Amino acid sequence: MKSLAELQALRDKVKTNMGIRADDSGNTRVVVGMATCGIAAGARPVLQAFTEEVAKKNLQNVTIAQTGCIGICQYEPVVEVFEPGKEKVTYVKMTPEKASQIVQKHLINGQVVQEYTIGAVAGSKL
Amino acid sequence: MQELSLNVLDIAQNSVRAGASLIEITVDEQPAADTLTITVRDDGCGMTPEQVRRVTDPFFTTRTTRRVGLGVPFLKMGAEMTGGSLSIESEPGRGTAVTAVFGLTHIDRMPLGDIAATVASLVQCNPDIDFTYTFRHGAGEFTADTREFRQVLDGVPLSEPSVVGFIGSFIHENTQEVLDTQAS
Repeated sequence: MKSLAELQALRDKVKTNMGIRADDSGNTRVVVGMATCGIAAGARPVLQAFTEEVAKKNLQNVTIAQTGCIGICQYEPVVEVFEPGKEKVTYVKMTPEKASQIVQKHLINGQVVQEYTIGAVAGSKL
Repeated sequence: MQELSLNVLDIAQNSVRAGASLIEITVDEQPAADTLTITVRDDGCGMTPEQVRRVTDPFFTTRTTRRVGLGVPFLKMGAEMTGGSLSIESEPGRGTAVTAVFGLTHIDRMPLGDIAATVASLVQCNPDIDFTYTFRHGAGEFTADTREFRQVLDGVPLSEPSVVGFIGSFIHENTQEVLDTQAS
């Protein structure tokens, strides 16, 4: 049974790791669209997958956040990745599986997963 | 939406946008009365009586980016399909409470789904807002309260991925505990 004592132990562990992290202005931001359209299309498991992968890989420089509807509801779930000093990358029709690939390839190895970007997905429809 | 917990996630976003500092979510299952009641209560900016009247209209929204707002209408439809109802209490400057009553065993009632993931997602994305989640089944209940978590965390943000994971499991396990106790 989870108790607050367990949270206390978790806090101490996180605090030890946090010492290295000065501020988060240099962080990569992963933003998940969480309006009605995004949620209905499956944004919550995508957000969960990003969170779990980032925790599992112990990435200290990634912030996960949400946004509202950005107006491309037909491409939801939509995830935007903002890296300091780089162009925003927009991933569309996301799934938890794609999320874990993006964590490994994009966030860790620095390679944009082109096939899941809005350019590739929208382009293939023409 | 295939799960009520997704509707809860969606409705709670309205509370976030209303500038709430405390959002209280309750799921109350009463087998004897055959009801499942979901409440999302906030201390945000509230609505005028005119807005309350129109918020269940899918073609009403306060956003300027488009002309539809489907969150509340979806929840209302889901409740009414099961012989239940939706009600909204709101006062400008005080906050809003949205209550949806469902027929607990009605065949058309959507499953509650992963409510722990809903609450964890809300906390993660809005670490500056406080949330409570109360689950009630018959006479048994428990509450998860981010104000308590915050005290223990002592400066570690609620959005920390491992903390988010803790909150999810905390809700899962305590829900199971309430259900097991009530069943025995």
